[in-house]
Amino acid sequence: MKNIPISALIGLFFTALFFLTAIFAPLLAPYGMAEVVGDVWEPSSSEYLLGTDNIGRDLLTRMIYGGRTTIFIATAATAISFLTGTVLGLTAAVSGGWVDQVLSRFIDLVMSIPTLIFALVVLSVMPVTLPVLIIVMGLLDSTRVFRLARAVAVDIEVMDYVEAARLRGEKTMWIIFREILPNALSPLVSEMGLRFIFMVLFVSTLSFLGLGVQPPEADWGGIVKENKDGIVYGIPAALMPAAAIATLAISVNLVADWILNRTTSLKGGRG
Amino acid sequence: MSEPLLKVRDLKIGATVYAPGEPPKDIEIVHGVSFDLERGKVLGLIGESGAGKSTIGLSSMAYGRGGVEITGGEVWINGRDILKSKLSDIRRLRGGEVTYVSQSAAASFNPAKTIMEQVIEAAVEQGKFSRREAETRARALFDKLGLPDPENIGARYPHQVSGGQLQRCMTALALCPEPDLVVFDEPTTALDVTTQIDVLMAIKEAIRDTGVAALYITHDLAVVAQVSDDIMVLRNGDKVEYGSVDQIINDPQEDYTKALVSVRSINHEEKAPTEEAVLSVRNVTARYKGTKFDVLHNVNVDLYPGQTLAVVGESGSGKSTLARVITGLLPPSEGEIFFAGRTLTEDFKTRSREDLRELQMIFQMADVAMNPRQTVGTIIGRPLEFYFGLRGAEKRKRIIELLDEIELGESFIDRFPAELSGGQKQRVCIARALAAKPKVIICDEVTSALDPLVADGILKLLLNLQKIEDVAYLFITHDLATVKAISDNIAVMYKGKVQRYGSKTQVLTPPFDDYTDLLLSSVPEMRLGWLEEVIANRKMESAGN
Repeated sequence: MKNIPISALIGLFFTALFFLTAIFAPLLAPYGMAEVVGDVWEPSSSEYLLGTDNIGRDLLTRMIYGGRTTIFIATAATAISFLTGTVLGLTAAVSGGWVDQVLSRFIDLVMSIPTLIFALVVLSVMPVTLPVLIIVMGLLDSTRVFRLARAVAVDIEVMDYVEAARLRGEKTMWIIFREILPNALSPLVSEMGLRFIFMVLFVSTLSFLGLGVQPPEADWGGIVKENKDGIVYGIPAALMPAAAIATLAISVNLVADWILNRTTSLKGGRG
Repeated sequence: MSEPLLKVRDLKIGATVYAPGEPPKDIEIVHGVSFDLERGKVLGLIGESGAGKSTIGLSSMAYGRGGVEITGGEVWINGRDILKSKLSDIRRLRGGEVTYVSQSAAASFNPAKTIMEQVIEAAVEQGKFSRREAETRARALFDKLGLPDPENIGARYPHQVSGGQLQRCMTALALCPEPDLVVFDEPTTALDVTTQIDVLMAIKEAIRDTGVAALYITHDLAVVAQVSDDIMVLRNGDKVEYGSVDQIINDPQEDYTKALVSVRSINHEEKAPTEEAVLSVRNVTARYKGTKFDVLHNVNVDLYPGQTLAVVGESGSGKSTLARVITGLLPPSEGEIFFAGRTLTEDFKTRSREDLRELQMIFQMADVAMNPRQTVGTIIGRPLEFYFGLRGAEKRKRIIELLDEIELGESFIDRFPAELSGGQKQRVCIARALAAKPKVIICDEVTSALDPLVADGILKLLLNLQKIEDVAYLFITHDLATVKAISDNIAVMYKGKVQRYGSKTQVLTPPFDDYTDLLLSSVPEMRLGWLEEVIANRKMESAGN
């Protein structure tokens, strides 16, 4: 693990920082999550490091708990999205024929509806609970992963070593998990970094529109929504989550880039 | 003596390598090579892959390809050291004084422009000729190179001419600006043997008539012997031997050159078919899905236990399709395949595990025939586990036995394919096939991607293993030298049909049919004057013409 480039180190540091904060939120947060402690939109002070929000809760506390919720939902949804997308995509590529046709055309159908609108429709008729939110987001996003996994696997599938495995009489599952998946992993892992960030944005958007995380639970999109009126009066509270999302996005991608470089077969892994 | 056209002194070339899991490091790939080239002479640069022959060739244009850098020495052309020249002067040199013919003309031409536009581009760009003069000159060159319809062929696009013709167009491109030196980088390697000799002849005549000097780079000593005046043998970036063609071919001094000259000297006594055939192909006709063209037409061949059947033919003859039909990857539209006394089902998916085990295949490109994320141990161990249920220590013992059989040894067990050389990779593929204890192994061009000496080693190994394991080979190849070296029976394929079939002596003894004659006579022989002799005695035109 030596020779980690400086960019990856920065990325690792911030990603770890965000995840650790999320995990240890109850220990780190100075106040209770929904506790009203001060006046409306107080400026930052030694008591309230980032000031207070629209009903007088400590903004730092809200940000920490918000990060916890957002990162948890995004992680879980990414996991679901990758599991379904990869398994289906590889199956489609390896099976070919009508299995591939049915799966691919169904995915095309789902992708033809804008994801956000699809999610809004589904969430407006379903009860918005955490598991529902995660599953909806994960499944909708798995269409993208399916496309990538299938495209990568189709290229690998025509390799002679896959043919050799078929001629040996190996089962489809062996071919998918032993021959193709290990070779498809590096584009998938780097895509995972990107998709994770899209998930963060997705859940934030849903919350901002009122169909994501429900109050009094905190999340970054919700914090923007609650404090958006303050911007008119020059209160920066709504910008804090934006800064957090940007930092997280950049650092996760720095890590993903580094992993991609390390595992790519091109030039035997540069940097 | 006048000043030579090209004078290379103590040329050193370096490159950066990116070994997996290690920081990049700089290595030297050419260690101080010196030579001269007189005006109007042809120097052949010969060596295996990695010998530095292309790199040296390109250095005469002051160019280093893909991260390769000229680190020292001098390259003098027409009395000036081009390595010290300004970039603008080098630009005048490239495509003006020195031009280049690459291995794959198909990949080098721009498919969106006509041939003429590309042939005259450098000459016009350099200001050597006006557009009209250059076009006239190009037509004359097309004629000289024996291209059909030299007046109008320039108006065609690259995909509208055959591979052999395109390679000649590229030669015209290189000769058009009246260069002093042309670098030919394996110009005939990608062509079929029967096409190769036409291109070779065209190049040779063009060189002679225009009086340019040339560097002719190839790995095939027999080819270079036909066109060169002098030969320089290279190995691992060092000059091994330098001499006239006559001296190199007939009186090589160094051991390495001797090995190159005597390559393919394997002597294999053919065996008479004694028992029942282990594999019989009966009246097989096949076509690819969605096409109306029969790639194979009523093919009948037999393979006897412990023997080798060589299937030989040019690209497009259907020889690889035959392998796909036998393995069940392409179900035939008619005909049957009998294997060890039973009828094989058409599709491999419906075959029993025993059928699959007893019929193994070795692929042409060992690189892509092995999963890059599996170790040698896993690759060879999987068939043992899959067919025989071997596990743990027992499996490991057998893997080591197999590694010993392919002359690699235990230390290779934990290596990944990327850490093996080309020949070693093919050996591991052989071990994987052997692990299944097959009755028949289909070898699809297994030595085509390898250097001659390495290929020789693989062939010797295969013959040796045949004796030990009593396995039969169906050996698909386009290389007649290989066929002569290992076969017991031969099937010559041409346009999807078996043109000639019988024991090795039968097939290789006259009288020949016209195609077999063309094929046999096209195999480059390592003697002077062979090329002219063949061209004079031919009965039929090659397909790529």
